[in-house]
Amino acid sequence: MEKFHSCKGLVAPLDRANIDTDAIIPKQFLKSIKRSGFGQNLFDEWRYLDHGEPGMDVTQRRLNPDFILNQLRYRGAQILLARANFGCGSSREHAPWALQDYGFRVIIAPSFADIFFSNCFKIGLLPIVLDTSIVDRIFHEVSSTEGYCLTVNLEEQTVTTPSGEICTFDVDPFRKHCLLNGLDEIGLTLQDADKIKVFEEKRRTEQPWLFA
Amino acid sequence: MQTLYDKLWQSHVVHEESDKPDGMALLYIDRHLVHEVTSPQAFEGLRLAGRKPWRLDSILAVADHNVPTTERSHGISDPISRLQVETLDQNCADLGITEFKMNDLRQGIVHVIGPEQGATLPGMTVVCGDSHTSTHGAFACLAFGIGTSEVEHALATQCLLLKKAKAMQVLVEGQLGHGVTAKDIALAVIGKIGTAGGTGYAIEFAGSAIRALSMEARMTLCNMAIEAGARAGMIAVDDITIDYIKGRPFAPKGELWEKAVAYWRTLKSDEGATFEQVVRLDAAQVKPQVTWGTSPEMVTTVDGRVPDPSQIDDVVKRHDMERALKYMGLTPNMPISKIRLDKIFIGSCTNSRIEDLRAAAEVVKGRHIAANIKLAMVVPGSGLVKHQAEQEGLDKIFRDAGFEWREPGCSMCLAMNDDRLAPGERCASTSNRNFEGRQGPGGRTHLVSPVMAAAAAVAGHFVDVREIY
Repeated sequence: MEKFHSCKGLVAPLDRANIDTDAIIPKQFLKSIKRSGFGQNLFDEWRYLDHGEPGMDVTQRRLNPDFILNQLRYRGAQILLARANFGCGSSREHAPWALQDYGFRVIIAPSFADIFFSNCFKIGLLPIVLDTSIVDRIFHEVSSTEGYCLTVNLEEQTVTTPSGEICTFDVDPFRKHCLLNGLDEIGLTLQDADKIKVFEEKRRTEQPWLFA
Repeated sequence: MQTLYDKLWQSHVVHEESDKPDGMALLYIDRHLVHEVTSPQAFEGLRLAGRKPWRLDSILAVADHNVPTTERSHGISDPISRLQVETLDQNCADLGITEFKMNDLRQGIVHVIGPEQGATLPGMTVVCGDSHTSTHGAFACLAFGIGTSEVEHALATQCLLLKKAKAMQVLVEGQLGHGVTAKDIALAVIGKIGTAGGTGYAIEFAGSAIRALSMEARMTLCNMAIEAGARAGMIAVDDITIDYIKGRPFAPKGELWEKAVAYWRTLKSDEGATFEQVVRLDAAQVKPQVTWGTSPEMVTTVDGRVPDPSQIDDVVKRHDMERALKYMGLTPNMPISKIRLDKIFIGSCTNSRIEDLRAAAEVVKGRHIAANIKLAMVVPGSGLVKHQAEQEGLDKIFRDAGFEWREPGCSMCLAMNDDRLAPGERCASTSNRNFEGRQGPGGRTHLVSPVMAAAAAVAGHFVDVREIY
């Protein structure tokens, strides 16, 4: 997993609640057996005017000029600002893969769907929950200030605005540790292999039908 | 005093990462269901790291998302879908994982076949790279959807690192009216608490109305827990649970059966256990539900009207509503019963089991789909459900009524195969999500119960099923 320490980046605002994983990466792209290359189809149905299918050359497709990420001022954004319940719907990790592959490193929203939230940490994409009132204000500031950047510091658990205002956010200490060090969670868990084996043997004795 | 969720959680904790109650814990996984869409990258990850699955007998695999629901003897025509299914076949063959292949009678939607085979048993932790894994909670399991990194983690370690959720009880007391189903309870709950209402929670459904539900209806309800934002939904064990499991291929037999049943009967919330949140619903007040928007919480009753955004004060909510109505091609205040349909889909992990098909068949029996319905299809949840339905003559009832009778799979619930809506087409669907483009780009989905979908097929528009049968 990629390490995450801090990020100073351009913010792109996606002013809509309940953005679901079908919108983030439509199902036709889930047919891929690879983990990479989803960024070009991020928000496909909103981003392009024509219908996208896997294998299409996206440079030949018609962009939707009204879609926020297609506006020149948000090109190269690393931080996505969104509304409540971002990432609801399916468990597809293709959604965080697509966001990360596009170039996002941080998603800020008042709330996230549980599975999406958890999936982000597994790949080194940082989801940050900030109060609705703060998110509201940042939305306002982003739209009125071209080149609006935020600085995110995971170690300090802070988001700093261009005016120097500092907002703190919560993150689970274990997840933070994994993200800061880019740890392979599987490797980490396998360090507890003996504990797992002991647990498993006890379970096998007590509930043998689970091992038939 | 423990909730069912507490019991399920505690009985699977291998190790806790911190002393704090809200810290991460390593949880043991009993059953891992695998399908073709979210597993290839996980198997690839294992291979690259030189790792093997920890416990092969915990894994059951099936292809369901990409499979065609039409004639299958020539395989899958879409080369990209075919490669994904072949990749699953290859991974299972290489590693020795039990897989029900596309032409196996036992093949079907992963959340239908687990319980059908008795591979889902009370007290288990059940995971799958699919959000509707919450379905299995109907058996007093801790069952939840996971991403591909977690699929790989569960394969490699038989465990997952998780944070304990809060417990919510959805208490449904009283008796459901005729023609009102578990699907209507699910949609009514989502309408009440919203699609984020259950975020951070595991939901236990309880109360006399829940105890009266069959296992299949309970699965429908737990299936939709994720649409309320809860990763897991669950229901306590009772006789109905135990009767359902008995004799299924993967279920324990003989002495082990007795021992298992004795344990399973402890799988309920203790009297007086406390929940962080309790939501109450009066079953007798629940009416058939129809979604009108692009989120399952955008729902009303069949005798209701499309809401009017101008009546909404919250700006974000109003914009979402306006956008949804535009996408759905609906005007504020129009009666739900005036919404005319193009297609009917009866299927999905929510509503494709034998009882769903029986109930829908009862409504269409001796009737015919309306002239404006371009396509009405029934996609059974598994080969065994299909077989059973054919034994009972349900296929004939549906065909005589103008429905297409298909092969099992996820089909038009998410339209990864060829079954999909054309832009602008409107569908009454027994599936679980009405997101933009879910059933095909530009497609318009209305979520309903199987009997409501059947009634709409006959009428050509939404109609209160209670009035016609």
